[in-house]
Amino acid sequence: MSAAMEAAFYVAAVVAVVSTILAITRLVAVHALLYLIVSFLAVAVVFYTMGAPLVATLEVIIYAGAILVLFLFVVMMLNLGTRDRERERQWLSGAAWLGPAILSAILLAEVIYLIASGATTGAIAATVGPKEVALALYGPYMIGVELASMLLLGAVVGATHLSKQEARS
Amino acid sequence: MNAVPLSHGLILGGILFALGLAGLLMRRNLLLILVSIEVMLNGAGVAFVAAGSRWAQPDGQIMFLFILAAAAAEVSVALALLVRYYRMRGTLDADAARSVGE
Repeated sequence: MSAAMEAAFYVAAVVAVVSTILAITRLVAVHALLYLIVSFLAVAVVFYTMGAPLVATLEVIIYAGAILVLFLFVVMMLNLGTRDRERERQWLSGAAWLGPAILSAILLAEVIYLIASGATTGAIAATVGPKEVALALYGPYMIGVELASMLLLGAVVGATHLSKQEARS
Repeated sequence: MNAVPLSHGLILGGILFALGLAGLLMRRNLLLILVSIEVMLNGAGVAFVAAGSRWAQPDGQIMFLFILAAAAAEVSVALALLVRYYRMRGTLDADAARSVGE
């Protein structure tokens, strides 16, 4: 049971490192973002095998979901030129998505294997579930939560201000 | 008992951080510089979660949540700046910012 988690940790770690290396060396921004998504998903599997399911879920939802969507929106906004069509054709070529697809398939096979084997304990130590995290987060770390919310509010105001100024000028 | 030693989790975090740092120094495309910063933050998060998992405490995961909030705030402002920069300069080359005051 623990051996399955251990093997899953190392496979996901290798996938994370490989996809990160590929992400920072791509020439086209969208290719880099594809590999970055795979890297975040691999790190999520690493978190799961470490016995941190809540953080693994948040990694998928916020990093691979929200932040990467922000990046993709910016890439879409910046490529409104005349070369759109040929660029699009280039993006959809087989070589672009083959690498991320293979790496994601490795991760998917790993997750299916873990679920099928019924391994629930973490590879490093015992699982720390969402309940413990929530109790600590809204107990001793309450001030941190407040500060994080103010930071996010500031980021919203800042981003709105920057795009407003752009629209005016 | 401990199938995966803590050091392996920390090494993974270190590798991710180093890769992000390498990307930050290598690339001149501002978008990929931001991507590298995300990778670095992620590496730091891996180290936190690994350490928290070693002692079965939730503190490591909570630090990761704060890193997540900081990364989200940083990325939203940075991407807004990036779009303005592109509209101003017509390029994402970081070296074009050399003459930003002129």
